[in-house]
Amino acid sequence: MQYLPNIIFALILIAGVGFFVKNIRKLIRNINLGKDVDRSDNKAARWKNMAKIALGQYKMVRRPVSGILHVAVYLGFIIINIEVLEIIIDGLFGTHRVFQPILGAAFYGFLIGTFEVLAAIVFIAVVVFWIRRNVIRIKRFWNKEMTGWPKNDGNIILYFEMVLMSLFIVMNASDIAFQEAGIGNPISQFVYPLLSGFSPETLHLIEQSAWWIHIVGILAFLNYLYYSKHLHILLAFPNTFYAKLKPKGELDNLEAVTKEVQLMMDPNADPYAAPAEGTESDVPEKFGASDVTDLNWVQLMNAYTCTECGRCTSACPANLTGKELSPRAIMMKTRDRMEEVGANIDANGGTFKDDGKQLLNDYISPEELWACTSCNACVEECPVNIDPLSIIIDMRRYLVMEESAAPQELNMMMTNIENNGAPWQYNQMDRLNWKDEE
Amino acid sequence: MIVPTMADMMAQGKQPEVLFWVGAAGSFDDRAKKITRAFVKILHQAKVDFAVLGTEESSTGDAAKRAGNEFLFQMQAVTNIEVLNAYEVKTIVTCDPHSFNTLKNEYPSLGGKYEVFHHTQFIKKLIADGRLDINNSVLKDKKVTFHDPCYLGRANDEYESPRVLIKRLGVNLTEMKRNKSTALCCGAGGAQMFKEPEKGNKDINVLRTEDALATKPEIIATGCPYCNTMMTDGIKFKEKENEVVVKDIAELIAEANNL
Ligand code: SF4
Ligand code: SF4
Repeated sequence: MQYLPNIIFALILIAGVGFFVKNIRKLIRNINLGKDVDRSDNKAARWKNMAKIALGQYKMVRRPVSGILHVAVYLGFIIINIEVLEIIIDGLFGTHRVFQPILGAAFYGFLIGTFEVLAAIVFIAVVVFWIRRNVIRIKRFWNKEMTGWPKNDGNIILYFEMVLMSLFIVMNASDIAFQEAGIGNPISQFVYPLLSGFSPETLHLIEQSAWWIHIVGILAFLNYLYYSKHLHILLAFPNTFYAKLKPKGELDNLEAVTKEVQLMMDPNADPYAAPAEGTESDVPEKFGASDVTDLNWVQLMNAYTCTECGRCTSACPANLTGKELSPRAIMMKTRDRMEEVGANIDANGGTFKDDGKQLLNDYISPEELWACTSCNACVEECPVNIDPLSIIIDMRRYLVMEESAAPQELNMMMTNIENNGAPWQYNQMDRLNWKDEE
Repeated sequence: MIVPTMADMMAQGKQPEVLFWVGAAGSFDDRAKKITRAFVKILHQAKVDFAVLGTEESSTGDAAKRAGNEFLFQMQAVTNIEVLNAYEVKTIVTCDPHSFNTLKNEYPSLGGKYEVFHHTQFIKKLIADGRLDINNSVLKDKKVTFHDPCYLGRANDEYESPRVLIKRLGVNLTEMKRNKSTALCCGAGGAQMFKEPEKGNKDINVLRTEDALATKPEIIATGCPYCNTMMTDGIKFKEKENEVVVKDIAELIAEANNL
């Protein structure tokens, strides 16, 4: 019977990690619903981007207040994970503070002391985040896409972190031997006196409870990630690695179109020739995107990575002037639709069954798409290099090339380019008239 | 105004140093034509051996591409590239950041590889090479603010060239609250120039004009014909046309140098 806690611990650990792995596989499956795109070039620049932007939080600190607080939480969270390792070993083998004798009292004390300070800093930062969201009500957290789940999600994460950090301190404060050793308790020593009324048995019970809730909480949080914007703590890394390296102004030249244009422009091509053997059965290429499966996997990964911070939307000229478009909403809707398609595939034994819905219209309206000025402010602002503009352009391509559904004035503009070589109705022969006008 | 075409040059067996890509706005829009002429005066003063395509130039296809019409864009691109390559063009300069971006970034993979300059970059180079100087006394101490065009700034990371030139004018440059990489779009890009805006509570150019007016400028400097139109309209909307003028950097230099 004495191994019961260890067995229970092992089972919880396996279940927690197992469920997480299952969801991660689903995540990868969903991202792979997207079309292929080659982002294997220039590895050196990609590693550098990842180091600078994901690891180094380079773009976060462009907004100093949230940036610096975020760095604090991020560092705290990573470093405290060393402590989680000790917890796991203790849990599995029934030891207590297994690192203490290994590392020596002084160094162990130093480490735990650092963690305590970090936990306190994280706690304070998280409280400030909560105040910014709920009391100061910073505008970007109150846009219309930030109701319901996205709003709750943001707060749940903060509560989670507050509780986890508190438990860590309580765990240390209620450990009599640890407190009496007087090493590594810069924060918990102030909590210890508050517990002085309790008997040693009660204190032990508190310590054990805090320990268990802490580790179960961490596993729960791990599994919460998949359902939350907090997934960015994992995906920020691949997302910055695979982000576009080309100038922001450069839109890709659709290859399928290049082929057709070459055929059309080739004076040797016989327009009446029968299509070559075998090509008839080829599925005609769909131009642009009307659903998530028409987007590429980087765009889909972008959607999972989006942390709904709204920096993009708060810089978007269309959104700032009250238009429907919000680049953050574009990312959120893409993720929602991807989740829906994924669930559909799971429910139908591995294949997608037409649900009569798509990303276009059911999630994202043409009105949103047409409001974009392609200014790249959203791309510039995003702290994890998400590219909402590329999705907007791909969906416009579908509207124009598959549905001929551009606004009337744009159709006129395009007709003018086609006929006069200018977006206005001028004669190409008048192109040089400016030379003789004053 | 003497403006040689590539066809003239070819007939004389000459290859100019640079092709001036005028762009559709610079060719047809009355306001933008003034920018075109100002830039040509600068080219003349610096004795740059240049030519234009004239009637052989066609839309780069930028607006079509951003509106989603990739077919039309590539048709335009392939046609233009054929002309440019036939004239063996190596270097291009343009006053239009949209043409600049498209020629520089989107033409290469379709077979059109050129060295492309925005006019502010090119003028900066002329000064560095000692071929041009800017008189810093004419506009001295005028209060100027500069609106970054998205397609020069964020799209291509060029924030310095226009500022180097503005400072050379001897003016008093004040930055708007949103500038360089955080600059607000004028509202014209992505084919918005050619349509009514979606419904909202304000037009983008008005918001951007408010950004500019907050610096209390006498001159709003621009580096893009579309920005110029947008900001000019914004100034009219705010009924400030008697106090503030909108001028392209090329026009300011031409004015400073009495061209
Ligand atoms: S590129 Fe489009 S969506 Fe992004 S900030 Fe500019 S207008 Fe908004
Ligand atoms: S796209 Fe980027 S900037 Fe916009 S909300 Fe998502 S994470 Fe934030």
